[in-house]
Amino acid sequence: MGKIEIRNVFKIFGHQESKGLELARQGMGKDEVLSLSGCSVGLNNISMTIEPGKIFVIMGLSGSGKSTLVRHLNRLIEPTSGEVLFDGQNILDLSPKALRDFRTHHISMVFQSFALMPHRTVLQNVIYGQRVRGTSRQKAREIGQQWIDAVNLSGYENKYPHELSGGMRQRVGLARALAADTDVILMDEAFSALDPLIRAEMQDQLLELQTKLSKTIIFITHDLEEALRIGSEIAILKDGELVQVGKPAEILKNPANDYVARFVERRPVGVIAE
Amino acid sequence: MFPENLHYSIRGPVNDFIEMLVINYGWIFKAISNALLQSVLLIEAALRGLPWWGVIVIFMVGAWYSSRRITLTIAVGALLFLVGILGLWDLTMQTLALMLMATIVSVLIGVPVGILAAKNRLVRGIILPILDIMQTMPSFVYLIPALMLFGLGKVPAILATIIYAVPPLIRLTDLGIRQVDKEVIEAATAFGGSPIRILFGVELPLATPTIMAGLNQTIMMALSMVVVASMIGARGLGEQVLNGIQTLDVGKGLEAGIGIVILAVLLDRITQGFGKPRAGGVSNG
Repeated sequence: MGKIEIRNVFKIFGHQESKGLELARQGMGKDEVLSLSGCSVGLNNISMTIEPGKIFVIMGLSGSGKSTLVRHLNRLIEPTSGEVLFDGQNILDLSPKALRDFRTHHISMVFQSFALMPHRTVLQNVIYGQRVRGTSRQKAREIGQQWIDAVNLSGYENKYPHELSGGMRQRVGLARALAADTDVILMDEAFSALDPLIRAEMQDQLLELQTKLSKTIIFITHDLEEALRIGSEIAILKDGELVQVGKPAEILKNPANDYVARFVERRPVGVIAE
Repeated sequence: MFPENLHYSIRGPVNDFIEMLVINYGWIFKAISNALLQSVLLIEAALRGLPWWGVIVIFMVGAWYSSRRITLTIAVGALLFLVGILGLWDLTMQTLALMLMATIVSVLIGVPVGILAAKNRLVRGIILPILDIMQTMPSFVYLIPALMLFGLGKVPAILATIIYAVPPLIRLTDLGIRQVDKEVIEAATAFGGSPIRILFGVELPLATPTIMAGLNQTIMMALSMVVVASMIGARGLGEQVLNGIQTLDVGKGLEAGIGIVILAVLLDRITQGFGKPRAGGVSNG
């Protein structure tokens, strides 16, 4: 059994959700559903299994539904239909209170634009999850300090986010997710807003942390290079549909269709270039 | 001419309604009236009971905390001193008590209503037109029923002031909360924050500069009501202005007018300072 299993998840945006859902169930693509019902298909019959202790990459271009998909895993977005199982439990059944408990204990998140609280210091940001959970201030501070050190931000505890550079802010975002001490971390284009050099540095740091902590990480990116570099397994999304899932080598060797093949071909060999 | 037979007057029903309120529910209004009156008397007693220099020190400390500027702090002290020299000290304290009371009630009403409006589209849809009415309706229209329900004096003056002054606070609270970065809210939600925790820990702190701008507007509008309030028996600087006009004593009117302006400047500068982001560039976005 996987850590997270997604079963037949559809997400339809629009006024006529049920009509759009019906059409998508009949196997129609994004464009057809849009022209027939006026609904936009965010996710079209997605099923996948995510194994524990690995970095699972979800890749796709903008509009492919990857950010929507990742928000289903902690129910920031509710699916129109389908199931999301976490350790065998359907998280869509959770009450609001149970959902909050689930989020504090099992799943944390890193955001593309960092989403740090501007009125709190680095340390206060990092310990937010622990404080929500009810950890005492003293204990939370110890935990926070430990993770601030782990992401090489020692000395910046009492700075405010606006005083930090982009790379440092995202390290705060990473420390916040790690300090929450959850088994799963969602990373939504976490490094996309960073400069190439800093991005590579962050990728290394993530890999290093991952070997130490063996958390389950679900990493969203639009960059194949990044996906190949950090992913143990890669899922490729296009127009809300799952195109291919596999190990990086498999995807490079046997692209499932033209779309994936074009992705792979365009990959510059041996250099990181955009 | 508009056809006679289409005329319909709401005069009768409204008059009957007010009369019914006075007769049947007078005790409720009396209770509200009493509570407000006791509170404002308490504030007034405190302000007038303090030595004059004590009040000046309090204002200067407030100015310092809000702005951290020594020039503003000194200017605040000097202006209050000027009020004393003009012989308006006691009247100013009466007006100030009235302002404080109206402001406190405005905050107690305005901030929660603003939060509700920000959270709920339906509530916002209902409240915004009501705020427009409150701001444009000539104040004498509700002063008369306020008089009938609450009697002459400070209480109807406070209520009329609140009706006129609370809209900007509601509007800006609503705006401030809706302007908070959606991503930050999403992050707080993703880490398991409950709606109440997010409201008090994230939304309200980040909306504070906007809410303070609203409070500032509320105080300014409240001050613009002091003369009107004095017409229904509130004492203080407004009464002095009225008195000056009625007896053609231009100098007297001007003195009291200067007092109102000084009070406005003091409160404006101090609350503006609190509205500015400090301590780490707290801002929306």
